[in-house]
Amino acid sequence: MSLWNDFLHSLPQLLAYGLVNAGVLALGAVGLALIYRIFNFVHFAHGDLMTLGAYWGFLFNVTLRLPWLLAFVLALPATIVCALFIDRTFYRPLRRQHSVVLLISSAGMALVLRNLVRLFWGQSVRSYDLDFHRAASVLPGVRLTPEELVIVGFALATALFLFVLLRYTRLGKALRALADDVDLAAGCGVSLAWATRWTWVLGAGLAATGGIVLGVEDHLLHPLMGWNVLLSLFAAVVLGGLAHPYGALLGALIIGISQELFAFFLPQYRPALALVVLIVLLLWRPQGLLGQRT
Amino acid sequence: MVWKLLAVGALLLVLNAMGRGAFALFFSIQAGIYALLALGLNVQWGYTGLFNVGISSLFALGAYTSALLTKNPVPSPGAWPGLGLPFVVGLVCAALVAALAAALLGSATLRLRGDYLAMVTLGAGEIVRLLLLNESSLTHGAEGLRAIPQPLHTWFPARDYNAFYFVVVLALLALTFWGMERVLRSPWGRALRAVRDDEEAAASLGKNTFVLKFQAFVLGAALMGLAGALYAHFTTFISPADFVPLQTFLVWMMLIAGGSGSNRGAVVGAVLIWGLWVGTSVLGGFFPSQWAVKFSYLRIIAVGLTLQWMLLCRPKGILGTITSPSSAKI
Repeated sequence: MSLWNDFLHSLPQLLAYGLVNAGVLALGAVGLALIYRIFNFVHFAHGDLMTLGAYWGFLFNVTLRLPWLLAFVLALPATIVCALFIDRTFYRPLRRQHSVVLLISSAGMALVLRNLVRLFWGQSVRSYDLDFHRAASVLPGVRLTPEELVIVGFALATALFLFVLLRYTRLGKALRALADDVDLAAGCGVSLAWATRWTWVLGAGLAATGGIVLGVEDHLLHPLMGWNVLLSLFAAVVLGGLAHPYGALLGALIIGISQELFAFFLPQYRPALALVVLIVLLLWRPQGLLGQRT
Repeated sequence: MVWKLLAVGALLLVLNAMGRGAFALFFSIQAGIYALLALGLNVQWGYTGLFNVGISSLFALGAYTSALLTKNPVPSPGAWPGLGLPFVVGLVCAALVAALAAALLGSATLRLRGDYLAMVTLGAGEIVRLLLLNESSLTHGAEGLRAIPQPLHTWFPARDYNAFYFVVVLALLALTFWGMERVLRSPWGRALRAVRDDEEAAASLGKNTFVLKFQAFVLGAALMGLAGALYAHFTTFISPADFVPLQTFLVWMMLIAGGSGSNRGAVVGAVLIWGLWVGTSVLGGFFPSQWAVKFSYLRIIAVGLTLQWMLLCRPKGILGTITSPSSAKI
């Protein structure tokens, strides 16, 4: 029973790590869910889009020696331009076909992106030029680094931003309308090209942010960093309900925390939890926790 | 096509007897194993429209199953001893284990939209990789399994063994090809294609689409497991590094290039893409070492972009039959 006692003893710390983990996952999962809702396909290259964003940050921060905040901000438009290019060149012509074709295309794109990163930055592990701080006690039994606290705050801010955007802006209204019924939305004067562009701006911007945040959290970058979290992103999105706008946030929270708790007992099988959750969920409640049965 | 396969095989054997075909045989055995994988994927994707991204993990399950069952029993503390069972038992069990894994994944996902199957097969790939790396008492972790026995190894001089193994692979490939052609033309095969083209219509005609998809997924997985076993006994050494997502991607590329829905396409695509893949790796040998690594990444990028080009401009592949159903959204 001493393992169990250890577990209870470190529970606050594990929950805190889980929250940080959830913040990273949320940034990726929200974009993934958005793209799914608008284009009706699972974007398999989303993890690698995160990797790309992280390495753009590396280019500006380390290679070009820019201050970190500026470097990370510049990485967003760079990633967004890449995503818009990919969408225009490869995805858009396939949109009228069955959605699985887009899935294949994006799985191929994942491989292309990953190897582009390897081509330019190599296979070895990199790190941002940051003064990483030591963990300090924030609550009784919880020690976090300032970076980790920023990540949590950042994820919360993103959630709020997204809520406001979807709820109160013209773009948000258009996106929600498109997600419900494309033809109806188009008939009511929503410009598809405009909404498509903004979907990718949001999706890729969030992915790049997620990638950078992941690189900051782990103190390292490597070409597989995004691909490795893709399964967790899927689990988070399905958990929240593929078609529910805020579901991805809830899903990321649950997956993020349960991953840390699970990893306490079986660290070598940490990534497996996402699959188990996914399968159990698909058997028990495939529409997700927030979704409605159709 | 079966006759053409056998004719090409006979030609290669004659060449080998003349002492000129060693590399061609080596290449053909690998291409034949990939052709089996592509045939398996064709049942899943080409016939039925099921998206599987876990090909390499089913391949790995087959390879490890057969290797563990047929390895000579050497008792060592804390490790799986090997059972020394015959090659054929290894092959059959490899197919069964891969089929069982597919049945588990399929039963959870095949009632739902195809996206879920894609996500779960991606996850299965991850789990198999973790199992192979971590369950070292069984799999020897990253070191992998060595000294996997080869069937009738002592009957042939080492120089000629590949010729024999080539016959084994070719026979299994021809048999599978013939079987899959029969399947394609059977009422069951027609029902699968109906599910692929319009699942709702098939369901409204009283077809149990879940059962059909489940059967096709399991059958395809069994072929992938079989291919894995053939691979293990060919190389006699397997490790987790042999089973990477790139392999899944290559098999997809083979089927799409050859033509989804067509068994001939699957075989032709496998030979063609494997030829290009091996050919370009030979090309990479001419570069100085620091460029050779970059070249290997460029090669994967080129394959990825070729796939995009095929999807955009040649969606039917060389011999394909699918014109994919349209579900217009944007």
